[in-house]
Amino acid sequence: MEPIKTREEKELRDNSFRAVCRRLFRENKPAAFSAILICLMILAAILAPVITPYSYEEIIDPLNRLAAPSLQHPLGTDEIGRDVLTRLLYGARISLLVGIVPTLISMAAGAALGILAGYMGGKVDTVIMRLADVMLAFPSMLLAMVIMYTLGDGIINIFLALALVNWASVARIVRAETLKLRETEYVEAARSIGVGSLKIMCRHILPNCLPSLIVLFTLNIPSAILSESSLSFLGLGIQKPMASWGLMVNTGRQYLYTNPWLSLAPSLAIMVVVLAFNFLGDGLRDILDPHLKKQ
Amino acid sequence: MARNICKRILQTVLILFAVALLIFIMLRIIPGNAIVTMMGEHANPEAIERMTAELGLDKPFYVQFWKYISGVFSGDLGTSYSLNRPVSELIATAFPNTLRLAVCAALVAWLLGIVCGIIAAVKKNSILDHSFMGLSLLGVSVPVFMVAMVLQYLLAYKWKLFPISSGSAGWIGYVLPAIALGWNSAGSIARLTRSTLLEVMQEDYIDTARAKGLRQVAVIVFHGLRNAVLPVITMMAVQLSSLLSGAVICETIFSVNGIGRLAVQAIEGRDIPLLQGTILFSTALVILGNLVADCLYSVLDPRIRKEV
Repeated sequence: MEPIKTREEKELRDNSFRAVCRRLFRENKPAAFSAILICLMILAAILAPVITPYSYEEIIDPLNRLAAPSLQHPLGTDEIGRDVLTRLLYGARISLLVGIVPTLISMAAGAALGILAGYMGGKVDTVIMRLADVMLAFPSMLLAMVIMYTLGDGIINIFLALALVNWASVARIVRAETLKLRETEYVEAARSIGVGSLKIMCRHILPNCLPSLIVLFTLNIPSAILSESSLSFLGLGIQKPMASWGLMVNTGRQYLYTNPWLSLAPSLAIMVVVLAFNFLGDGLRDILDPHLKKQ
Repeated sequence: MARNICKRILQTVLILFAVALLIFIMLRIIPGNAIVTMMGEHANPEAIERMTAELGLDKPFYVQFWKYISGVFSGDLGTSYSLNRPVSELIATAFPNTLRLAVCAALVAWLLGIVCGIIAAVKKNSILDHSFMGLSLLGVSVPVFMVAMVLQYLLAYKWKLFPISSGSAGWIGYVLPAIALGWNSAGSIARLTRSTLLEVMQEDYIDTARAKGLRQVAVIVFHGLRNAVLPVITMMAVQLSSLLSGAVICETIFSVNGIGRLAVQAIEGRDIPLLQGTILFSTALVILGNLVADCLYSVLDPRIRKEV
């Protein structure tokens, strides 16, 4: 590596949290805006009981079903008289959880297996990567459907299903990265002074994969959110009376022609969250992955 | 090259075998006996036993798997529990519909994606470029069911331009589902086309082509695009998998009687042979698509013929 000369160059190589935030706000306004939006959404999801006076499963207005938006119910009420905005806020909890938890699991598993395959090579590599090939051959939605069928409904099973579907692509990317890192001089140096394989993988390879992993994490969250909403839309994910955006779209679909808002509001919510994560992921990639930036 | 292709085909067969085994295992570790769910909880225990024996579910696992896999190779995927017809027959009637939907969606995605990608690359950093790239990000971020429902509400219900359900409407019924399904892929294809074309346009041979007096259009189409399109082809093969995933949703919304809808029906009816058959069939399609893309790739790009 060349010595770092100017201040700008030093800044470009600085991957600390504060430096990345500073550059995100200076260089990529949409990504910075998305980051703020995501924080606000997380806050709104956590503070849902404070923001809304209603409960997500309680029927508030049995006589006031399918009501149009009003001051009392800013987004109207659903088919059995529940406040739509309230359900949207509680649905954010599930969407964000489903975005983050299975992605974390699949990233951890994918990174561990990818590094192991790339660093050890040989039989370990063959076994792990052929398994990944098989997993990647399935259309993801159908695989998730089969897993949900086998495990049954429920949010924990959604976590498991999405993690099982997504680990393989992470493993493939991390393995490619590891193959490159394995040949670097510092890994060779570590090996020559007798550092063990496990320690090299944890201390030298993993930290250098981190920037890509962070980018991958941000970009995999939206696809997990989309998968959950599709599963719930098909009735295979979150079950009533819980509030999931996909489930809301599914029940609202019966009233599409009379109350399009009922299914459009949660769809829009999904779109905004997914868009925000995609913008943020793209922005982070430009900053953390200078190779891609050159292109 | 022939030897490499043979090797790839052998690999494909092995992966297919592994896929079949995996599906088989996954569907058999279900908590609760499939027969009980099928016949109801209050069914007579003797009837359950007889049914289990009739379906061969009392035999050891490897015997069942062997019977299944040898059936698969002779085109027999078992009999659907809920519809009481051979699974292969059900798939054969559903597949043309899914194929039609997927082909139309792929056309939408490729035309829209490649054209927008080229324009964005040529007019780099213009308003057109930014708006196309914004739109493509929107394309990737919008759930399939949202596009489908908005199209259904506006174009089919409000303006009555297209039929609401595609069941018996012929080709015209496939327009809306194809747009809904292709929209997603169009976004990622546009982004990829733009970035690879921008990269290719910096190569020396582009300067050479310009220097010998070719017009800009000719340079882009014959020299730039030919090289930029290679990664896009790989992408298209990868997209086949997401097309089939999205088709499940699209077919449900527009009531297309395709493979995806069959899979959903199978899950609702807890119909293991049907579910197994549809998943295996779709996965085989994706695997074959990847194989074709690999072969096509090596035909189009002489540089990697040896590596395939």
